Amino acid sequence: MDIDLLTNIFYAMVRTGTPLLLVALGELVCEKTGVLNLGQEGMMLFGAVAGFIAAFATGNLWLGVIFACLGGMLLSQLFALVALGFNANQVATGLALTIFGVGLSSFIGAGWVGKPLTGFEPVAIPLLSEIPLIGRMLFAQDLLVYLSFALFALVAWVLLRSRVGLIIQAVGENPNAASAMGLPVLRARALAVLFGGAMAGLAGGYLSLAYTPMWAENMTAGRGWIALALVVFASWRVGRVLLGAYLFGLASILHLVAQGIGLSIPGNLLAMLPYVATIAVLVLLSRDAIRTRLYAPVSLGQPWKAGH
Amino acid sequence: MLLSLEPRGQQSRPMLWLSPLLAALLTLISGALLFAALGHPPLETLRVLLIDPISDLYGISELLVKALPILLCALGLAVVYNARIWNIGAEGQLLMGALAGSALAVHIIDWDSRWALVMTLAVGTLGGAAWAGLCAWLRTQFNANEILTSIMLNYIALNLLLFAVHGPLKDPEGFNFPESAMFGDATRLPQLFEDLRVHAGFYFALLALVVVWVLLQKSFLGFQVKVLGLDKRAAGFVGFREKKLVWIALLISGALAGLAGVAEVTGPIGQLVPQVSPGYGYAAITVAFLGRLNPIGIVFASLLMALLYLGGENAQMAANLPQSITQLFQGMVLFFLLACDVLIHYRPRLKAAGRLKAKGWTKEAAA
Amino acid sequence: MSELQHPPRLLLRGITKQYPGTLANDRVSLSIRAGEIHALLGENGAGKSTLMKIIYGVTQPDAGEILWEGQPVVMRDPAQARERGIGMVFQHFSLFETLSVAENIALAMGAAAGTPKQLEPKIREVSQRYGMPLEPQRLVHSLSIGERQRVEIVRCLMQDIRLLILDEPTSVLTPQEADDLFVVLRRLAAEGCSILFISHKLGEVRALCESATVLRGGRVSGDCVPAECSDLDLARLMVGDAEGLEAEYPKAEGGTPFLRVEGLSWHNADPFGVSLEEIALDVRAGEIVGIAGVAGNGQDELLALLSGEQRLARDQGARIRFLEAPMAHLRPDARRRQGMAFVPAERLGHGAVPDMSLADNGLLTAFQQGGLIGGGLIRHGRVEAFARRIIERFAVKTPGTHTPARSLSGGNLQKFILGREILQQPKLLIAAHPTWGVDVGAAAAIHRALIELRDAGAAILVISEDLEELFQISDRIAALSHGRLSPLRATAATSATDVGRWMAGQFDQPTPTAA
Repeated sequence: MDIDLLTNIFYAMVRTGTPLLLVALGELVCEKTGVLNLGQEGMMLFGAVAGFIAAFATGNLWLGVIFACLGGMLLSQLFALVALGFNANQVATGLALTIFGVGLSSFIGAGWVGKPLTGFEPVAIPLLSEIPLIGRMLFAQDLLVYLSFALFALVAWVLLRSRVGLIIQAVGENPNAASAMGLPVLRARALAVLFGGAMAGLAGGYLSLAYTPMWAENMTAGRGWIALALVVFASWRVGRVLLGAYLFGLASILHLVAQGIGLSIPGNLLAMLPYVATIAVLVLLSRDAIRTRLYAPVSLGQPWKAGH
Repeated sequence: MLLSLEPRGQQSRPMLWLSPLLAALLTLISGALLFAALGHPPLETLRVLLIDPISDLYGISELLVKALPILLCALGLAVVYNARIWNIGAEGQLLMGALAGSALAVHIIDWDSRWALVMTLAVGTLGGAAWAGLCAWLRTQFNANEILTSIMLNYIALNLLLFAVHGPLKDPEGFNFPESAMFGDATRLPQLFEDLRVHAGFYFALLALVVVWVLLQKSFLGFQVKVLGLDKRAAGFVGFREKKLVWIALLISGALAGLAGVAEVTGPIGQLVPQVSPGYGYAAITVAFLGRLNPIGIVFASLLMALLYLGGENAQMAANLPQSITQLFQGMVLFFLLACDVLIHYRPRLKAAGRLKAKGWTKEAAA
Repeated sequence: MSELQHPPRLLLRGITKQYPGTLANDRVSLSIRAGEIHALLGENGAGKSTLMKIIYGVTQPDAGEILWEGQPVVMRDPAQARERGIGMVFQHFSLFETLSVAENIALAMGAAAGTPKQLEPKIREVSQRYGMPLEPQRLVHSLSIGERQRVEIVRCLMQDIRLLILDEPTSVLTPQEADDLFVVLRRLAAEGCSILFISHKLGEVRALCESATVLRGGRVSGDCVPAECSDLDLARLMVGDAEGLEAEYPKAEGGTPFLRVEGLSWHNADPFGVSLEEIALDVRAGEIVGIAGVAGNGQDELLALLSGEQRLARDQGARIRFLEAPMAHLRPDARRRQGMAFVPAERLGHGAVPDMSLADNGLLTAFQQGGLIGGGLIRHGRVEAFARRIIERFAVKTPGTHTPARSLSGGNLQKFILGREILQQPKLLIAAHPTWGVDVGAAAAIHRALIELRDAGAAILVISEDLEELFQISDRIAALSHGRLSPLRATAATSATDVGRWMAGQFDQPTPTAA
């Protein structure tokens, strides 16, 4: 394998991993507070279509990004209302959100399928992007990828160093104790869901504005679900989310590698790889039930109401 | 918020069944508002969507054709969901049922014995069961979350199906269309009436309905499944075998979905095509919840869902609305259902009253 | 000095709180002076928790007033209570296991108090001053129960504390640890801090508190000076004239050993759990054996191993023998078939399925009894009849057999669960905390049922944190400490001090006898 090919693979790995990283960071924060939101796929799709339409209609890509985030946030609040406000089963509510998001995005986007859009283009940073192997990967990406780096740093700092991070951890571990202490459990959870919505929307927007600048039904192709697995893979630790996102990115572009080394495998079989990889990773990491229990937020997925 | 929720103490039985009706009503109202916002006459469009498709015998037959796979999948989901095993993989299990059945059917096109059909159905059912068995294996052996594995297996099944119709199972005389050859007559499910597409799969659905009903309402196995779902620790405390129950529940669920899939390809479709299922397996999730995981409730819910599918097709032709309106309504009805379910456990109260009382108390305290 | 110059630190007047279905507090009044140690006495469900939640601002009363140092106040949330100098030590600790001591304290104190790092020196200083050493950087899950309580107390002492509320603080301590705690509390009181001490243990209330308010059914049933009242007086105030208050049961001498446990060791892979070491005990026909110990010393693990929820490998089966047959490798249902029966500590979620009806909950453990299942189908008529028999025989108060277990009171559900096992005529009954959180009337009924079963010739093992209960009903007694079990001794020849020592781990474990 020559060095150009490797450079390209690294570059594509980060590009492909970026939407996964964005959703997974949002879901990580959400799960840390004890909320399991299975609606990532739905929020991503709605973000993708909202961002695309806004960008297409105004010609302003950043307006598209904003609308993508707003779209995700809007749907996330439906989830918050039903799962947190009304105490519904989080699994069922998350599924409902995905089904609804898939339907809504297809419905709204029906007239926009296949329209051309000039999306975000790579912006190479002089000199740095010339570094062999990793220069292109880190310094010749589009602006949204740089934004994802910044968001990763922000989330990592908040979770590991700030008081907000302590509150998130406390609420996720023991909401009753947190509430007795006067911490705003429901507000913390609702805000985490909102943040998760913004990140999922942004990830969707990344797909429809940068990765493949267009709109197609179900264009997320399960990335929202893979991101959920990624959080498990990362054992709810933020550094590993980054690692996992890029590993999954790599798994999704293996056809590039395959072509590079001259293998010919039917496309449909290669397309299975990320999903097979997800299962493999789940198997490897869940085998040890006690380990999972050590890191998983204790109250994950459990409805909670004050005074119970 | 104006409303506050007050715990009822005990769940309200009437709300348990009123809530799905309320959810359906709210979906209709929201739909009407949506149509009005988009410039379609709301009532007219709802008629196009929900009444026109079943205004004749043909329509009723089509309704049953669509309801069958949904019903079969949802009955299976009722079993697993009662055990709180979140199998999201009915879609993949259905596809694998169709694929496995087709793999046999295209090789026995020339048979004219009825055994061809029996074998094809059996292979398809087993295919679905095996696909769900994978989930059971991953969960019991490796503790892997079944929500994620089953959804991944959906994507894998879809890609396997696409691979098959583009490769090994492609009709050599099919002008390179990604389709299998048409199955032989002996492998086709007979139609119940001439000129109507409703087929013998109807009897399977009836049978499955009875079996699942007895299982869940009358049998000790069903009792164990429910205990496992409601209270895993209690199940372990009395020695119910969790792994065995997970296997059984998932195998039943997968088998029914596989049967649904193979009944589609041997019934109305007659060959393997990429679009075997317009999301029946996902629709079944909504149906299972809407039917309260109760076999009888699920019958009504799957008829409603089938109507939405027919209506979606009709709306596309008659009112130029995107067909995805079906999924949009699916999502809405499930959302409304979960929201209405709050009324089972809580009583809504106007919060304003509570505030006044609190104020009165502070005044009293200050005096 | 007049009342006006020195108003009580806290005065409650006519506090009323209504929850759906229950009047938790009914016109409760209470007054605590500065530097006073005041007891709040009452049974479970008497309204103690509600009252203290109201004082600490967790919930709001429907009516009544709170005067803090003479001023009427509204405690909207715990933060406001803390600002006024009110601290609270919860019974089920409000600590976060995945956070460090300093992080836990920082969280509770609010952003203004500083970061965990900044608080560390003060935590060390305060904890040293009161003789409760703490390492701020340690993660809470690595602390013992006693140390966790220290964290809670130190957290309250970090601020200018004027009223410290402790909810059943000694329920997690050995008698000796409790004495150490009392030293700290007396010193705090001497410094002027008021203390509200919530308990139902009369002995320690008398030892510690200057005055007491007794609650019964949400109302104040009396105020008194504990030192001047007898146990019986206090108990009457707490429960009224319930029968069974003074019940004494004759001790029995056991017959043939039914259950034999020898060299039972089990490594708990769960880092939050306890491992068991070389447990040895026997339970004979016609006797009750009691196992004392502070929660979290291996009780749950021992019960899991005895009931079969946790199994050993087949070759270790003989570590637990029942009627001489090896049991330790069998599932719960197989053990039950032999005549063993179990009552777990947690009623809802372990011993009974909360959302299932009483009839279904009867079937839950009795499914191997003749006739409830036929051809794989449930015989609903017989299941109903079985549940009705339990309800009648054990006077379970419930609207019917279709009522979900969740809606029964603790005492009634416990009677149902125990009745469910007793009606199956077990040869051996193992019950954990049989009267935990149960009112006195129900507790007496449960004790009578256990004694009756014993006298009918069954072997009974009771695991309990309530020493008084164990002395009342058990014929032989031992204690669990850090996964080790003390030798069994006849209860009549044992004092509470002895058991207290065992609970603290001061005993020689019997050396395993050569087989």
